[in-house]
Amino acid sequence: MAEVFFFIAAIGAVCGAVGVVMVRNPFYAVLALVFHLLSLAALFLLLQAQFVAAAQVVVYAGAVMVLYVFVVAYVGAAEPTRLRAPVGRGQRAAAVLFGLALFVELAIAVLGSSLKAVPSDGPTVGAGFGSPAQIGELLLTKFLLPFEIASFLLLIAAAGAVVLARRRGGIGTEEADRVAAMDFRLPPGLGTMAEAVGGRSSREPFELGAGGGGE
Amino acid sequence: MTLDWYLVVSALVFAVGTIGVLTRRNPLVILLCLELMLNAANIALIAFARMWGNAEGQVFAIVVLVVAACEVCIGLGLVVAVYRRRLPIDVDEIRELHG
Amino acid sequence: MQTSAWLILLFPLAGTLVNALGFRVLPGKAVGWIGTAAIAAAFVCSVLAFLALQDRGEEHRQVVYVAWDYANTVGVDGKLSLLVDPLSIFMALVVTGVSTLIHLYSVAYLWSDRGYARFFAYLNFFVFSMLVLVLAGNFLLLIVGWAFVGAASYLLISFWYRRTTATSAGIKAFVINVVGDAGLVLGTFFIFRHSHTLDFLGTFDSASKDFASHNGALTAGLLLLLVGAFAKSAQVPLHTWLPDAMEGPTPVSALIHAATMVTAGVYLIARMHPLFELSDTAALVGAIVGCATLLIAGTIGLAVTDLKRVIAYSTMSQIGYMIMGVSAGAYVAGHFHLMTHAFFKALLFMAAGSVIAAMAGEQSLDRMRGFRRALPFTYACFVIGGLALSAVPPFSGFFSKDEILGDIASRGGGWWVFYVLGYVGAFLTALYTWRMIFRAFWGEPSPEARELEEGHLHHADAPFNPATGEIEDTDVGFPGPEHHIAERAPEMRIAMSVLAVLAVAGGVVQVPFVTNWLEHFLDPSFADSRFGAGPSDTLTVIGMVVAVVVAAAGISTAYLVWVARPGTAERVRERFAPLHRLFVNRWYFDELIDLLVVRPFAWLGRFGQQTFERVIVNGLLVGGTTNIVKAGSAAARALQNGFLRAYAAVLVLGMVAMALYFLIQST
Repeated sequence: MAEVFFFIAAIGAVCGAVGVVMVRNPFYAVLALVFHLLSLAALFLLLQAQFVAAAQVVVYAGAVMVLYVFVVAYVGAAEPTRLRAPVGRGQRAAAVLFGLALFVELAIAVLGSSLKAVPSDGPTVGAGFGSPAQIGELLLTKFLLPFEIASFLLLIAAAGAVVLARRRGGIGTEEADRVAAMDFRLPPGLGTMAEAVGGRSSREPFELGAGGGGE
Repeated sequence: MTLDWYLVVSALVFAVGTIGVLTRRNPLVILLCLELMLNAANIALIAFARMWGNAEGQVFAIVVLVVAACEVCIGLGLVVAVYRRRLPIDVDEIRELHG
Repeated sequence: MQTSAWLILLFPLAGTLVNALGFRVLPGKAVGWIGTAAIAAAFVCSVLAFLALQDRGEEHRQVVYVAWDYANTVGVDGKLSLLVDPLSIFMALVVTGVSTLIHLYSVAYLWSDRGYARFFAYLNFFVFSMLVLVLAGNFLLLIVGWAFVGAASYLLISFWYRRTTATSAGIKAFVINVVGDAGLVLGTFFIFRHSHTLDFLGTFDSASKDFASHNGALTAGLLLLLVGAFAKSAQVPLHTWLPDAMEGPTPVSALIHAATMVTAGVYLIARMHPLFELSDTAALVGAIVGCATLLIAGTIGLAVTDLKRVIAYSTMSQIGYMIMGVSAGAYVAGHFHLMTHAFFKALLFMAAGSVIAAMAGEQSLDRMRGFRRALPFTYACFVIGGLALSAVPPFSGFFSKDEILGDIASRGGGWWVFYVLGYVGAFLTALYTWRMIFRAFWGEPSPEARELEEGHLHHADAPFNPATGEIEDTDVGFPGPEHHIAERAPEMRIAMSVLAVLAVAGGVVQVPFVTNWLEHFLDPSFADSRFGAGPSDTLTVIGMVVAVVVAAAGISTAYLVWVARPGTAERVRERFAPLHRLFVNRWYFDELIDLLVVRPFAWLGRFGQQTFERVIVNGLLVGGTTNIVKAGSAAARALQNGFLRAYAAVLVLGMVAMALYFLIQST
């Protein structure tokens, strides 16, 4: 019975992961991730980590993903137009290769591991294993410092997010912020990194007065 | 199921997440793939916690959860800031290492 | 005697330093007087050394004074050592004596030149170097002196350094001298290899032992030394620098290129006589080259028209006599001729300087005529010098030239050829000398001469280069605005008079059958020579008669051609046009050297620059290195492209690699 659940949850997790990677529309990617997270929660339950599973569903799938959805809605799902020539043509192939290599290595490490406990089900644990009581006790005794630091981290992240995403100067100044992307493209010959590395600019040479700059 | 299956699942999800990070151009999706990788680590942690019979791995997994949440916060904040500047939301386009 | 010997060197050196460092504070002609006084003091010390030397017994007249060791390692004994013996004291006396007079002459001659102080500093430096050369007691100091005189010659030839002709002449002289220097140094190596000492006396004492089985090495070494001697003494084929060296001021020509520096080769051969006597080949080569030079230079002297260059070729020819003499073993005769030649040649140059000044810098014989009445004193000096040069008795040149030829003939056999050719050369000498005199002083006075007869020294409209005619100015680096003639400058007259007296009476030291003071004096230096015996009495008398006949023939021919029957010269020139062309073009030696040496080296230089330097060094070695660095940094730059996914990819790659490493490790 547990095997069946395991396979369902595992396949769900993998499908969700693949979905995140392959789906074009970011909305759908977020949804795929949610599906994946729920499958993971099932896996956690199978591993007797009830609290973590619950936290996963409530916090991760519930709060974080909702946040994601909001931002995706704000930003929009349109595929931006390519302003420059595609770079890294071999990128996709290299990426798959690296990922595959990584998986193979990790698999070898896992399956070839000499840890005797790995290919087993693990020791029998009591009923309170993974319960909120146990986690709570650990958090407040042994792991008090990490707990407190994690809460600080949350505070800092919240403050940081506010700082990053705030508007400067009120609602009506959005127009002033409106800076064309093209304006950030410096005239050629001024030594931007992109030029140096060979990125071709798709604009005509900038006329700096009587004939473009000298040699 | 024996624990090595869970670890293999973790490895697989991690690899898929890596491929996603290296392949996608939308920073939002890249962040999502990053979440995948973090979750794969979580699976491994929980599996090992079960292996040792000791809940410390689960505590670790909760902390990872917290960190992931913070990171998503900041990452999304950055994306919103980029969007506000009317720059294209594409990591290939945002390449000038200055300014 | 030790003090005097060192003071001979130190006075000119002090003169140089005082003039060079203090010329700004010394007023007027003081630099000139200081220079002259320095050399006069050196002359006094030479006389003192001479007297001290004569005080010693005959066996003890070769004294070595060592100041310190420069280096005494791996068998090389480099010392600062002087060899005081009759030969070196004789040379020192001649050098300092004639130099004093020439310094005196220059005090007046160069007075308006802006480089006055520089001239005297250089001239004193030259005398110092020449004295180092003649007083050297080992090969090391000889080479040092040799190189220094070459440097002094270069500095003085290109004294008027803004004249391109002068600087090119200086470079030419220096390069040819350096070739000679190389020969000298290499020859020293060859000899040192077997003698194992740089000291002269040490080398000579063991010469017959050391080189008994290494005669080839000895001959090679001596031939290389001869290369050095020929370069310094302007013998064929290393002679092309001497006529060009006339670009320097006239006192320089008088001192360096007549009386002293060019005689260094003669001194070298005489000093090395123990070695030359062991190698007949080297001696024969020396004699042949000397003879060839005296004839070639004589013929060229008949054709060139620049006054100073005629005298230069005459110098070359006379030195040919001396080289021939010392190569054949006539050491005393050779040095006798050296001394008398110094007197009358310096006199001739000084007089020529006066004539050129009267011509306001013009040096061509074609333009000067009839200065007899305008420059009486100069004319008298010229005539005296000319008579001495043409070997007319009882002038000094007669006795010295005769003695050389007589000694050569006394060796018998094939040497008679040299004897005959020597007299042919004497005929040529008389001919070109009197050609010079008749053309410059006889005939219808030229405009400049007429001006001078009226008491007014001719001034050119604008200062000009006598060789090319281009206009100059009179600032530093060019000759001064005023010209000084002997008739108006007492210093010049005094110097020239002394030399005239010496040219007339100098032969008295070695009159055949009457006196042999010089031979007696120089005897200790040449005691070990196997050529002591001179010519028989009959031969001496025959020689004297032949010499008189030849000289008379030469002078009368010259009179006929250039005075009595004007127009003969042109007719002869037309009839023997190819020969004349050969002589006027100086036997094409300059062209030959250009073809054989200059062009290959220029090609080599161009090749070196364009191919080797540009392609290999700049392109491959330097460029290669920089390009490697550039490529490396371009590669490094490409890593920083701002492309997020590339960074992530590299990260993952690194992770994969590390995981692989650990996997492998754990097996």
